Amino acid sequence: MIPAAFEYHRPRDIGGALAILTEHGEDARVLAGGHSLIPMMKLRMAEVPHLIDLADIAALRGITVEGGRVTIGAMTTQHELIASAALHDAVPLLREAALQIADPQVRYMGTIGGNVANGDPGNDMPGVMQCLDATYTLECPEGTREVRARGFYEAAYMTGRDDAEILTRISLKATRGGYAYEKQKRKIGDYATAACAVLIEAENGRVSSAAVSMTNLSDVPVFSDAAANALLGTACDRDAVKAAVAAALAEIDPTEDNRGPVKFKMHVAGIIIARAIERAWSRA
Amino acid sequence: MTKHILKMTVNGETHEVLAEPRELLVYVLREKMGMKGAHVGCDTSHCGACTVEIDGKSVKSCTMFAVQAQGANITTIEGLGSPDGLHVLQQSFKEHHGLQCGYCTPGMITRAHRLLQENPNPTEAEVRFGISGNICRCTGYQNIVKAILSAAAEINAAKEAAQ
Repeated sequence: MIPAAFEYHRPRDIGGALAILTEHGEDARVLAGGHSLIPMMKLRMAEVPHLIDLADIAALRGITVEGGRVTIGAMTTQHELIASAALHDAVPLLREAALQIADPQVRYMGTIGGNVANGDPGNDMPGVMQCLDATYTLECPEGTREVRARGFYEAAYMTGRDDAEILTRISLKATRGGYAYEKQKRKIGDYATAACAVLIEAENGRVSSAAVSMTNLSDVPVFSDAAANALLGTACDRDAVKAAVAAALAEIDPTEDNRGPVKFKMHVAGIIIARAIERAWSRA
Repeated sequence: MTKHILKMTVNGETHEVLAEPRELLVYVLREKMGMKGAHVGCDTSHCGACTVEIDGKSVKSCTMFAVQAQGANITTIEGLGSPDGLHVLQQSFKEHHGLQCGYCTPGMITRAHRLLQENPNPTEAEVRFGISGNICRCTGYQNIVKAILSAAAEINAAKEAAQ
């Protein structure tokens, strides 16, 4: 499959990329790892007259962990993210989730920025970033702003990013306590039938803080305050988990597709959410 | 659309080709450079038959524009061994019956090669996870996994003997 013809740009810095983006408006798209965009271009479902490759922009790369704050450049690949010992020490949830994305070849190319910015409900990192309460930095020629992952996703492929903006980095706090990313998929490389990220901190045998979010169970990732609240103050016993699962299921809206009918997805989601909570608690 | 003069090192040799931005790397390797080892299988980033190594990464060359590989160092199956001098992995695939139709084999072997660079002594589970981006419809994978584990042991034994 050959995509429609396009002009290829390879700017050396963010300013250059933003200038091309501004000049061509809707006719331009940025290219990160390309493992979502290039297949769409090959299928001619995405038409991109001007493709702006971000590969040479050094400022978009790298992971820093300092004083409990973590910053990840948007062009950091899933492979680099998995390989970072410092990041694993600070936020172990990220490696656990990244290892469940696609396959090795895709992880060498696929980037964290592309994964969170694309707005594909099947992508894993948006839900993970909501669980972590991460912040995205968006840059445009007029300046820079920060948006919380929890407020970024509007609908499938619709996000709070304006066409003139580039998502340049992700910031989050190091986590404490237990974590889990549980994902049910038909085969390696598939998107989730249901997936769930959980963080739990424990104090004196009770849940002192919790966060629960879900992937590919609505047209956006779903962060569930209600599920977290159902766990708070409990010993994360069977009844608490059951209540949290019920609360989480009440907030999702899966659709029927080749991964199964709605009833099946609700069933799978219930099991996956419970497993994620139980595993996070076992590590808390 | 503006064509680009692309310069890249493939299997140790410098190649220069003229290509449109929309030309995918696998087609440039096969049709402009004459290296037909990387196969187009699914053409949708799933099967891994087009896997090549680019700057130390295993990449599905059907999902990368050749222009993205400007200046890159690429290794294809042609760079690993030849019919007269098989690479250890190729010899091992042959001995363990790690291929039947052979269509997935160049991708399997280039991927296995990178896997062993990063993890010279993998467990069976690590081999299976490491080649999970490569699909084979003939072998059922058992003999591919055996071939890779055996090649790893052979490479490690040769390294020890050399020390």
